[in-house]
Amino acid sequence: MRSTPAILVSSLGKHFGDVVAVDQLSFDVHPGEIFGLVGPDGAGKTTTLRMLAGVLTPDSGSATVAGHDVRLDPEGAKRDLSYMPQRFGLYEDLTVDENIRFYADLFGIRRKEREQRSAELLAAAGFAEFHRRLAGNLSGGMKQKLGLVCALIHTPRVILLDEPTNGVDPVSRRDFWRILYSLVAKGVAILNSTSYLDEAERCHRVGLLYRGRMLFCDRPEELKKRFPGEVVVVHSPDPERTRDALSQADAAREVLLVGDRVHVFVDDAGRRLAELRSCLDAAKISYDSIEQVAPSIEDLFVSAVQREPVEQSAAKPS
Amino acid sequence: MNQTATSVVVENLTKRFGDFVAVDDVTFEARQGEIFGFLGPNGSGKSTTIRILCGLLRPSSGHATVAGIDVARNPEAVRQHIGYMSQKFSLYNDLRVAENLQFFAGMYSVPKNEIPARIAWALHMAGLDGRAQNPTSALAVGWKQRLALGCAVLHRPPIVFLDEPTSGVDPVSRRQFWDLIHNMVGEGVTVFVTTHYMDEAEYCNRLVLLDRGRIVAIGTPTELKSRYMKGQLLLIECEPLGPTLELLQTAPGVLDAAVFGSGIHAVVADAASMAPKLRELLSRKFRPGRIEQIAPSLEDVFVSLTAARATGKEVAA
Repeated sequence: MRSTPAILVSSLGKHFGDVVAVDQLSFDVHPGEIFGLVGPDGAGKTTTLRMLAGVLTPDSGSATVAGHDVRLDPEGAKRDLSYMPQRFGLYEDLTVDENIRFYADLFGIRRKEREQRSAELLAAAGFAEFHRRLAGNLSGGMKQKLGLVCALIHTPRVILLDEPTNGVDPVSRRDFWRILYSLVAKGVAILNSTSYLDEAERCHRVGLLYRGRMLFCDRPEELKKRFPGEVVVVHSPDPERTRDALSQADAAREVLLVGDRVHVFVDDAGRRLAELRSCLDAAKISYDSIEQVAPSIEDLFVSAVQREPVEQSAAKPS
Repeated sequence: MNQTATSVVVENLTKRFGDFVAVDDVTFEARQGEIFGFLGPNGSGKSTTIRILCGLLRPSSGHATVAGIDVARNPEAVRQHIGYMSQKFSLYNDLRVAENLQFFAGMYSVPKNEIPARIAWALHMAGLDGRAQNPTSALAVGWKQRLALGCAVLHRPPIVFLDEPTSGVDPVSRRQFWDLIHNMVGEGVTVFVTTHYMDEAEYCNRLVLLDRGRIVAIGTPTELKSRYMKGQLLLIECEPLGPTLELLQTAPGVLDAAVFGSGIHAVVADAASMAPKLRELLSRKFRPGRIEQIAPSLEDVFVSLTAARATGKEVAA
């Protein structure tokens, strides 16, 4: 049932001096698939995307994008892909409309298609009243949105997005996900790096990158089964004190404040619930509910990343 | 430290750029030792308000005091009482860690004899003990972010403005950053923060939701979730998500639908009567799992209050 991969990465490697940025990386992305790349800062997400976009040459291994080998034929690959780097190259002295027209011309989009597509994208971005503003006068989040509009103005076979929704508000993030779903319905393959783990849940498959290597790669629901242990969630009027109290419990491997809830990682929720309850009672903390929940991608991320030292390659001791 | 109970007072504040009204008649107060969250879509006036409060922009009308000082009349004095950290962190990448701290200590006029102790404090807070001589450019984003916070509060300001301090930072680093914010607030500092992460908005004592320069909601996270949501919310679990979402968006009685994590949130007028109708609709094509009423999250409230106009247009089109 599976098609030929639109992106095929095998044993890809890249180092900068003695820092290994990408290490023996292998994965694929199929037409009609959104693949989410998550990982802490410095994990190698941007380096990977830049190699696939043909702007950085790999040291070892191979990668093909829409059938083009990125090392042998980077120009061929570029024709079939759209790449949105973290800082998209906007012309600050051009207006929003002029930037969009510039990129549409660059990709050879016909006028009629351009007008229809840009109206759709501008509406999704909530840009209607800002289309004549100079790009240099937009706020950070709005520049990010304009970059996305420019990158999505054509429909290539492969789209590479490097943290596209950083600084973008929740309403626009939802609208952009609608656009991404409509693109994959047309058979486009999307590789999307993100630091919003709720967005990772919306991808068809997710790869967790850490120190240049893929720790896990699977569908979100399968990934959650790899979580070592179980998760208990506590709803309480005072989540901070709840977290502090539960941190003292022997059963708690990790205690996280997640918005207005507290997540506790335990080995066996059924056995440990009573212990956690008595811990809260002893600290005289009232709570509305305490129950086992399915782990989220964020829970998996935190447990996988914290099991190794948090020291990052970029900040090694002098 | 300023001991008054109110640290920021904003009355009928308005800022125009040409004929564009960026901040439109905004009024609120923030108390000492409070984490005050500013939410709103991009371009809704959050950063403009913060820049006015920091004395960096003059208001067009209305007025604001910060630590008792009028920001329009005395912007220089305001800057001595506040710390400001922008989205870009504003560190000098070609300087060493300690040199950045030295620079900000000088800029904020930290007394000479206090500088070594304050720098040692900031290094410790940022988790950079023993790394004073590291080049700033080589730090990973999470460390840069904590260093930038250290630079912004070297002079012990009673009020700190953080403009999207965690944008693009991974979840583990974001948690560490919020621990630092909680520590500062524990010492009586007032923290103003803007964010697009709704889990972080939950950590604020009070929230203001701005849309097109106007306040559309104000209150604690709990108040926002209980008072402002228009309609009731259904959680729908049904694969595949994309086609399910399309079907729900055009389904009669569904006011709005969007993907949330691995499920879909649908806004309806009456959850009890709509749940069986939607199950029947979805069962014609798919095999729906759970369909049940849930309490709205902050993101649901945010979307329902700020997307109302745009969604209205889409439906009409």
